[in-house]
Amino acid sequence: MKLEYKVEGGDFTAAGFASSQIKKILKQLNIDPSVIKRVVIALYEAEVNIVAHAYRGVIKAHIESGGITLTLEDEGPGIPDVEMAMTPGFSTATKAVREMGFGAGMGLPNISENADSFNIETIVGKGTTLTIGIKFK
Amino acid sequence: MSRTTYSRALEILDDVCIGCSHCMKVCPTEALRVSDGKAIIHADWCIDCGECYRICPNRAIRVMDDDFKQIYNYKHRVLLVPSVFFAQFDDSVPREKIYHIIGELGFTEVCAVEQSVDSLTDEVNEYVRNAQKPVISSFCPAIIRLIQVRFPSLVDHIMQLLPPIEITAQYYKNKFAKAGIPESDLGIFYLTPCIAKIAAVKSPVGGYTSPINGVINMDFFFNKVYLVYKQRLPVSGNISINGELSSKGILYPTTGGESANVEGRTLAIDGMSNVIDFLEILENEEIDGVDFLELRACDQSCAGGILSHRNRFLTAESMKKYAATAPDYHKLTLDYQRYTSAVVHMDRIEPRSMVKYDRDIDAALRKMERARELRELFPGIDCGACGAPSCEALAEDIVKGQSEINACIFLRTLYEKRGELQLEEAIKIMERIWGRSRFDKKL
Ligand SMILES: Nc1ncnc2c1ncn2[C@@H]1O[C@H](COP(=O)(O)OP(=O)(O)O)[C@@H](O)[C@H]1O
Ligand code: SF4
Ligand SMILES: [Mg+2]
Repeated sequence: MKLEYKVEGGDFTAAGFASSQIKKILKQLNIDPSVIKRVVIALYEAEVNIVAHAYRGVIKAHIESGGITLTLEDEGPGIPDVEMAMTPGFSTATKAVREMGFGAGMGLPNISENADSFNIETIVGKGTTLTIGIKFK
Repeated sequence: MSRTTYSRALEILDDVCIGCSHCMKVCPTEALRVSDGKAIIHADWCIDCGECYRICPNRAIRVMDDDFKQIYNYKHRVLLVPSVFFAQFDDSVPREKIYHIIGELGFTEVCAVEQSVDSLTDEVNEYVRNAQKPVISSFCPAIIRLIQVRFPSLVDHIMQLLPPIEITAQYYKNKFAKAGIPESDLGIFYLTPCIAKIAAVKSPVGGYTSPINGVINMDFFFNKVYLVYKQRLPVSGNISINGELSSKGILYPTTGGESANVEGRTLAIDGMSNVIDFLEILENEEIDGVDFLELRACDQSCAGGILSHRNRFLTAESMKKYAATAPDYHKLTLDYQRYTSAVVHMDRIEPRSMVKYDRDIDAALRKMERARELRELFPGIDCGACGAPSCEALAEDIVKGQSEINACIFLRTLYEKRGELQLEEAIKIMERIWGRSRFDKKL
């Protein structure tokens, strides 16, 4: 099954919509709760990253019997140093974003920890595409 | 869907139900449908919250309380009375009088349910210190069942300690055993403000068996007591009264009355939809640093219980007034403390998965995909004329072979307009959902 959601940069109040929709679907499919938890955490962090760091993006979810593949493609500034961005605690978030409770620099490390496969493709000045794979069993 | 019309603590009276669908609209697990002019319950999905009972305009939902007469099967008849019961009366009715009337009605002893709260509180704090956070209160049985069915990933957050009612019941059992009274002579009855508590006594969770022998409906019992009071019938006063309660105990069933006693950061949330909203974000791990959650199905907690007839705000107010006159600790606290820790624990609560589509994931995916396609055809007004609570629920029912596309009144009208469906067929479909009699009326 294929699903698609749009994400707008700066719209923090709507962030989390895609992850709660996906959560609902996975629960209805009786997927193991601990797996659902990993999907929700990874997707939520990735969704928030588009809201916090990019201009807009599209989330695509592909659910098969073996697992879920999430593709998050954004138009945005891109990530100049991916290795640095992946370091726990590293963040370029503005003070305003931090005050909203985001920007602790744990997003990307958390995604990678919860995913079975994880890939970042990014072009500075153009955008970033994250691919996250999580197996159901 | 199975045609079973019962769950554990409530049942639909087929001969009274007119299939009005009010209940179907309020069920938090979408466990109700209308078929053949009657409401039917999907027993596996029912969490005994009683929202259907609350809204039913025809009194077609029966509470599975016990026959009052069965109290006479026992020589010693103890009634465990929750503090919310006294608040059913306005403040001019003296508590002493209520106790005596309860004796007149057949009980040999009354005991205040929340007597065990003081010793339980110490256990709760000890438990919360060592448990995975946030700990979710085990007080409200409707919430426990909601979590089992709709939030299975959170079951391990539910506190594995018994609620006050069970500790008090165990205390009584123990007390009578010590006095050498045979178990078969002792009948422990609980006066319940809700349906969920009936379910909790009859089919408890966490590998526990309740010593409570029967459950009395508070709404029914209030009427009995009030009648004696109003008619000023003579009352002999032949009852042993154990009304020991601290202010903590009295307030425990009200909103915030439980969380107030727990150390650390706590929240008290009442009302089914508020609780569901919160559990959604808790499940997403969006909540950090909360130690304890008091979650109650009813608005104003037990003051708004389904079998509490009085306005919930007035009930809560009366409970607060009663608490203001009560001591901080009561005389039996030490006695309770001595053995509470030995009986208070229960096992892990198992999730009760709500199979929406299919147990097999491939089949479930196929059905879900088909349901999503169907969903696009329906108007999205959730009118309920199909006998399902929402367009989404109808789509699910169809892919499971439990309903049909033509059940949708909008699609049916479209097919009729196109000449693809005959009027007679359309009527037959309506009759299958809403019953024949509805379309035979002479106007
Ligand atoms: N989609 C994105 N577009 C641009 N930059 C991003 C994106 N996602 C992450 N980054 C960069 O990587 C850094 C680390 O991300 P993350 O670990 O999620 O921490 P945080 O979002 O709290 O800053 C961010 O501060 C940002 O500079
Ligand atoms: S809040 Fe109290 S009255 Fe309402 S369902 Fe829960 S235990 Fe019963
Ligand atoms: Mg981030």
